[in-house]
Amino acid sequence: MELHPDNKLDIEYIFSDLEHYRPRRRGWTWRQGRGKKRKAGSFEYLETSEALKNSTPLPAAHYFGNIDPQPGPVITTEIASGRIEDDIRRMRMAAWHGADHLMVIRTAGQSHMDGLIEGTPQGVGGVPITRKQIRAQRKALDYIEDEVGRPLNYHSYVSGVAGPEIAVLFAEEGVNGAHQDPQYNVLYRNVNMVRSFVDAAAAKRIMAWAEMAQIDGAHNANATAREAWKVMPELMVQHAINSLFSVKAGMKKENICLSTVPPTAPPAPAIRMDLPYAVALRELFHEYRMRAQQNTKYMTSSAREATVTHTLNLLISELTSADIQSTITPDEGRNVPWLIYNVEGSDTAKQAFSGMDGMMEMISLRRQEGPLAEKVRELKERAVLFMEEMIENGGYFKAVEEGFFVDSGLYPERNGDGIARKIDGGVSADSVYERDEDYMAPVTAHFGYNNLAQYGAAAEKDPSSLIGGCTFEKPEKIIFIDELDEEDNVRIRLRETEELRHSTGIKPEMEWQGDGTVLLTLFLPVEKRTAQVTAIEIGRRMGLEEVEVIHTEIMHPAEGTRVELKGKFNQVIDTALLDIPPEPEVLSEEELREEIKEQPMKVVAGTVGKDEHSVGLREILDIKHGGIETYGIECHYLGTSVPLEKLVDAAIELDADAILASTIISHYDVHYRHMKQLHELCVEKGIRDRIVLVAGGTQVSPEIARKQGVDRGFGRGTKGIEVATFLVKRRREIKGQA
Amino acid sequence: MEREDDFTVRRKHLADLSEAQLEDRFWQLAGELVDPLIQLAQTHTSPSIERSVLLRMGFSSLEAKAVVLQVLDHGLLAKGAGHIVYKVSVETGLSIREAGLKLAEGALWDTAESCFSKKPTGPDYHKKQE
Repeated sequence: MELHPDNKLDIEYIFSDLEHYRPRRRGWTWRQGRGKKRKAGSFEYLETSEALKNSTPLPAAHYFGNIDPQPGPVITTEIASGRIEDDIRRMRMAAWHGADHLMVIRTAGQSHMDGLIEGTPQGVGGVPITRKQIRAQRKALDYIEDEVGRPLNYHSYVSGVAGPEIAVLFAEEGVNGAHQDPQYNVLYRNVNMVRSFVDAAAAKRIMAWAEMAQIDGAHNANATAREAWKVMPELMVQHAINSLFSVKAGMKKENICLSTVPPTAPPAPAIRMDLPYAVALRELFHEYRMRAQQNTKYMTSSAREATVTHTLNLLISELTSADIQSTITPDEGRNVPWLIYNVEGSDTAKQAFSGMDGMMEMISLRRQEGPLAEKVRELKERAVLFMEEMIENGGYFKAVEEGFFVDSGLYPERNGDGIARKIDGGVSADSVYERDEDYMAPVTAHFGYNNLAQYGAAAEKDPSSLIGGCTFEKPEKIIFIDELDEEDNVRIRLRETEELRHSTGIKPEMEWQGDGTVLLTLFLPVEKRTAQVTAIEIGRRMGLEEVEVIHTEIMHPAEGTRVELKGKFNQVIDTALLDIPPEPEVLSEEELREEIKEQPMKVVAGTVGKDEHSVGLREILDIKHGGIETYGIECHYLGTSVPLEKLVDAAIELDADAILASTIISHYDVHYRHMKQLHELCVEKGIRDRIVLVAGGTQVSPEIARKQGVDRGFGRGTKGIEVATFLVKRRREIKGQA
Repeated sequence: MEREDDFTVRRKHLADLSEAQLEDRFWQLAGELVDPLIQLAQTHTSPSIERSVLLRMGFSSLEAKAVVLQVLDHGLLAKGAGHIVYKVSVETGLSIREAGLKLAEGALWDTAESCFSKKPTGPDYHKKQE
């Protein structure tokens, strides 16, 4: 299967014959061509990566020849609606907008499952990570990456009490990146700390074999702490513990990414607080990679506010560095992320980086003296003091028992509200066993003590030679389980939405195919509470179901409230029954300019009859409104209520290529009578075969206009470029005939 | 524990360190914290680690789970679940998969036990610390 921009991705095909599908590669891919100067349109960029084969440029790109420069950092979007089949389409859209790191959030509770899940059950707040799910999405991404022309990294989580098994699953199925940080399990998932670290080393060794990129979990302290900016010293300690532990488990430093978030957000003076932290971290961890995440701690239901905070986060990335730029959907503070916001988040990163391209050539940070230097030094010292006290107290486990972590004090200040865990407590306590002297595991990438010597030198050199190769060498040994639950699986769900995929019927959607979700923005001139209730009533009367207010903002306590409303539109619209006129055909701006430059064009124009309405015509003509003057066409505007004879005479005198007649008034079809007269006058004067006649106006029907003898009629909503295109094309035809 | 910010007092021994020395100190301390954790991981195993071995040996998640439950019941996890499957396969002449599936069903455990000088093992880490 090859994807084509005009065709939908065949979801049924993706789920067919999965048993035999093998991923095409392992390992993480960075963007190619970073650090090279690159041209796009009329600009030179200093910090881009290779362009895409197919993509959707930013909305404003049409002013710049539809360029779509791709920034240097890998861009992440987090996609997990609970239904993997719908997420696949979302991934394709995100990839077109510049995301090349597709991160799948796990369903609630998976980190406490002692073992793997199989099949494709529906998830909550994420998807159950299973072999079938991964294989289907990786397969889809293989096609999508061919379509956009850039490798796509697929990512999920190696955490919880089944970490080593999930790591094996990911290595087998070509998953390219994963979160792995035992501290995350301990602090936020209350998994027993001994189990967490023992499992983590095994998982990391497997990830290292698969050359996956690893992202740590330190940023969660930001999101959890009461005052996020106070945990900065501890964050550096958490990063250090996971990074060094990973290196010692066999991972390369260039595959170890620190998940770092600017800790605060406006209205706090955020940059002044976030920048020293970002600098200190990048200096201490200069051998590692930076995964810049965006702030979620201070998110509200305002998507606009979140976007501004995220843009400031992107400024921090540009001022320091980012190897992976993660994005958060700006609607995360109001609902489970909608697909349009995955695209928005990706676009925000692309837009900001494009705008800031090469900025650091012109400015620099005052690193050597002043407040930045002082703050950087102070943060590093606080982190060192933190570790000194951990060691005095007996090491990592004791420190966790004493609640060192996620304390709201700016260390060494302590408020006694940290997260404390017991060494013999938590999920899966008492589940770690010391390996006996003859302990052995006959597989590749096994971490730790492994007595292979008892089976000879060949086994020592290649453990899996004992069993004729393990799944890492022989993927045909992998056992694929399709489904375990006959009710809760993708086949059943796809059957329910089949009609929407294989007919001309459509429904709006935000999360899942056919969910019917719509978003409405309204202003109501009342105070907030009344506005909320009124808005719901409006939604109901519009025929929406499950109406909910998802955001309100006070415009003025008494004057009124902005409300955003979601609801379900539960009807199917059959597009085959709609009258959908074709899009007006236009030439590109460059082509128009080029042609007019080579063969100048003159037109005479005016409103005809007793018609003083000139606004429409001016919009079509004026350079200010993007009218035909924009392309170099010489316009002779004769004014309003111009007699038809005067228009024709002026055209003859100026040797014009075309006459543009505008008529708004349409009583008794007077506008059509004028068109007919104009045509007849031109015949009479002997110029009809070499002049283009165009009529326009709000009540003009293109078909009826043509019946009156003019070349073309333009109705309501016409753009200058459409008229210019027609003029150029019609003149080509006339010249061709002559 | 609650404590006021005593940074200015506490930092005195760091004040004269150069930036490079401070960073070295940071990584040296990180090493001191991490080394015992890595040591622990090197010498210990868990049900999930053993299931991850069985997955690589060509068992499904369900089969791996069943084998490890049997291994735990027989107190042999410290030998390595994959090790037991391997040895039973060698001993009986069955393929790795056949041996593993029999063990998952509760069969061949006499053979397994006779392969190893059995001593009871159990969760031990924190007990040893006390």
